Amino acid sequence: MSKSNQVLEEITSKEYEHGWTVNLEADEAPMGLNEGTVRFISAKKGEPEWLLEWRLKAFRLWQKMIEPTWPNVTYPSIDYQNIIYYSAPKKKANLNSLNEVDPELIKTFEKLGISLTEQKRLTGVAVDAVIDSVSVATTFKEKLSELGIIFCSFSEAVREHPELIKKYLGSVVPINDNYFAALNSAVFSDGSFCYIPKGIRCPMELSTYFRINAANTGQFERTLIVADEGSYVSYLEGCTAPMRDENQLHAAVVELYTMKDAEIKYSTVQNWYPGDKNGKGGIYNFVTKRGLCFGDRSKISWTQVETGSAITWKYPSCILKGDNSVGEFYSVAVTNNYQQADTGTKMIHIGKNTRSRIVSKGISAGKSQNSYRGQVHVMKRASNARNHSQCDSLLMGDQCGAHTFPYIDVENNSARIEHEATTSKIGEDQIFYCLQRGIDEEAAVALIVNGYAKEVLNQLPMEFAVEAQKLLALTLEGSVG
Amino acid sequence: MNTTEARDLKHEIIESFDLSRFEVGNDQRAKAMAHFKKVGLPDIKHEEYRFTPITKNLEKNFKWDIQVSTSQIASIDSYLIPNLDANVLVFVNGSYVPSLSKVISPASEVKILPLIQANAEKEISNLDKYLTPESDPFAAMNAAYWQDGLFIHVPENINVSKPIFILHLNDVTKSQALVHTRILGIVEKGSQLSVIEKFDSVGSNPAFHNFSEEWIVKEQSQLEYCKIQNDSGKSYQVANTVIHQSDSSQINTFTLTLNGQLIRNNLSIIIDGENCESHFYGLYLLNGNTLGDNHTVVDHKKPNSFSNEMYKGIMDGNSKGIFNGKIFVRPHAQKTNAFQSNRNILVSDSATVNTKPQLEIWADDVKCSHGCTTGQLDEEALFYLRSRGISEPIAKAMLLYAFAGEVLTPIKNETLKSYLDKLISERLHKNFE
Repeated sequence: MSKSNQVLEEITSKEYEHGWTVNLEADEAPMGLNEGTVRFISAKKGEPEWLLEWRLKAFRLWQKMIEPTWPNVTYPSIDYQNIIYYSAPKKKANLNSLNEVDPELIKTFEKLGISLTEQKRLTGVAVDAVIDSVSVATTFKEKLSELGIIFCSFSEAVREHPELIKKYLGSVVPINDNYFAALNSAVFSDGSFCYIPKGIRCPMELSTYFRINAANTGQFERTLIVADEGSYVSYLEGCTAPMRDENQLHAAVVELYTMKDAEIKYSTVQNWYPGDKNGKGGIYNFVTKRGLCFGDRSKISWTQVETGSAITWKYPSCILKGDNSVGEFYSVAVTNNYQQADTGTKMIHIGKNTRSRIVSKGISAGKSQNSYRGQVHVMKRASNARNHSQCDSLLMGDQCGAHTFPYIDVENNSARIEHEATTSKIGEDQIFYCLQRGIDEEAAVALIVNGYAKEVLNQLPMEFAVEAQKLLALTLEGSVG
Repeated sequence: MNTTEARDLKHEIIESFDLSRFEVGNDQRAKAMAHFKKVGLPDIKHEEYRFTPITKNLEKNFKWDIQVSTSQIASIDSYLIPNLDANVLVFVNGSYVPSLSKVISPASEVKILPLIQANAEKEISNLDKYLTPESDPFAAMNAAYWQDGLFIHVPENINVSKPIFILHLNDVTKSQALVHTRILGIVEKGSQLSVIEKFDSVGSNPAFHNFSEEWIVKEQSQLEYCKIQNDSGKSYQVANTVIHQSDSSQINTFTLTLNGQLIRNNLSIIIDGENCESHFYGLYLLNGNTLGDNHTVVDHKKPNSFSNEMYKGIMDGNSKGIFNGKIFVRPHAQKTNAFQSNRNILVSDSATVNTKPQLEIWADDVKCSHGCTTGQLDEEALFYLRSRGISEPIAKAMLLYAFAGEVLTPIKNETLKSYLDKLISERLHKNFE
């Protein structure tokens, strides 16, 4: 199959599209991590005393913790003293008008294809952009505030809505939850905060764009979304980073909190720099994402398309505490070259009649390793809990690996849990069928992969679905195993 | 022994290890002990023993006293499978008892020797080639401590006509028992062998049986293997089984777990040949406080082989069912077909199940799948039976029996099959005819 090899070659040698840097003047913390760094960040952000204390508590806990080694990924150990924990574009963006935003920054976003003005006009998506570590612009703020929706940068939320932050920060992901969550809690620099009041259906998609620009920096942002009774919000998150030879760490925390009858839909298209084709450079994406369905009949839905990062290690999870609450997880994870992904979800059923659904589609090519790791835990009092999990893996090439590690723990006899997983490659008969009908090999593979991932892509909001499809095609199109 | 204070059992085990007690295999024993010193006993943080607190149970219930307890058992008839025409080999508290055993197959068909004797006569070159001390802490402990066992050897192109029935009986009427036994079986090229193992105990003291076995199944040969764990006493067991397959070999295994306090089976199948076929079935019907744990591994190392696994469980009372099934497909093991299914039914409110089917695949041209379910009996099926005038308990029993009975299909020996069928129906209170 010389053609497929040629196509594979072409695809695998494709360069990372977002690999440029912009000369933004940055205001940085000195390299390294100690209590001073934590205090520096807190002081920079002009934070109240209680938040500094909270950070310091997390930092002290983190010092005692050990970096976990259980995931199915390998990487050289991280030197936590060789990271800049705070880096902000120097010219502060004024939030009142886009005209005041640093023109270099506007260019950055234009290159990303998320020109803020454009977005505002055409798509009606409200964007909060986080560059390096600091939130630089939030669009559509006024329109949202008319409905009582709070959507702003984390630092702003700390200033303007301390009571909400105090109540919900760390309520879903406690500071000692895991090594990277503790690190994030100590040094997080910014992020987004969103509050949807009672009974409000957010009229537009809310969106955050993350980008690591400066060298040697880590990005530690925090997202907190609270949906009050009967409200609904759809939230999008996208990420890119420049090409660099060294690895960069991204350790974010995302907390979702839904009350009675509320629903949060959280979508991610993750396209951090994956490293070059020899596995050099790339982002370590070690993220803690968790949602708490606190109220009855609440719902949290995670959708993720993971195409970037040298190493992806994250498990967007749902704690189904309220009765009749629903958790969903839809994921497409693509790995190529030397990328490694260990991703999946946890569904913790606590309330009665709780339901969860997991659809995970892994695609591995090149010399990459792709793992699904998930847990479905039905607690004692979660009567009539229902789960269906489906984990499919597609292998392209004989040097990659696909792994599945599902944990199913059931303590209630009325639960119905189903799990199925398959591993295969693109069938030669499927390719043949397409060729027969005049569809060339490359288009055939794109078609089949798209069909394979359709179930997940369908869950994405329109704007993201297009981007995700392009990303998939870019990474894999034509690579016949 | 029922002390609450912390006990360092690992230390006791290491301290009481005395090479001069053993006659054979001392190099291997010393090596295994050295490894055991490194790894110790698994606690519940150990990924493979997350739900199986075996170490805690051993610390709570046993004195680490390796003196072999004596036994006056004179008859074993009640532990045999009725009407089964087989070679019978009996171990009591880990020692081979020739007076209770009976070998009927001619020596030209199969050579059966106690392991100590086989070692002394230099019949065995390497005892732990496939079941290495590194594979499991209890395998290491067994390799250091084994008392006796069996060496079974089938020469080339022989169909061993009579099955081999091995009875492991622990007599705990007077005191507890700590038993370490192992088996090495080799089925040479083109031969066929059928083996049945049964575990039982007499008396009310606790028994711990750490059992290891290796089966080497050479080219074009076949092995049928059945394990029956129906020990109603206070028995704790860890069984490490490794089956190594060469080209075009075939194996069928069946594991039935019914009773015991804590039963842990590590079954690992190394498919180190092309065109092999492996079927392994398991059934765990648990009640009371029994904890039944099946860890299986299928390791596809060569292309073009087929494996099919089906484990089913019904948990009643406070029992805990644990299943972990790993399928590995190594690089270049192309055209592998591997299937796995694990289905569980929780009957009572306080029974639990923890299952983890796991696929690790490094080859692209494969077909691998696993399925896993946990649930209750189908309401509609139950309603169907009820609407035809069948009482609820009987309808339930019928459905459970149908659920469980599927795994018996591959068993070829009719006497064995009907015996197993009887055990299953008794357990499920199937009182309909």
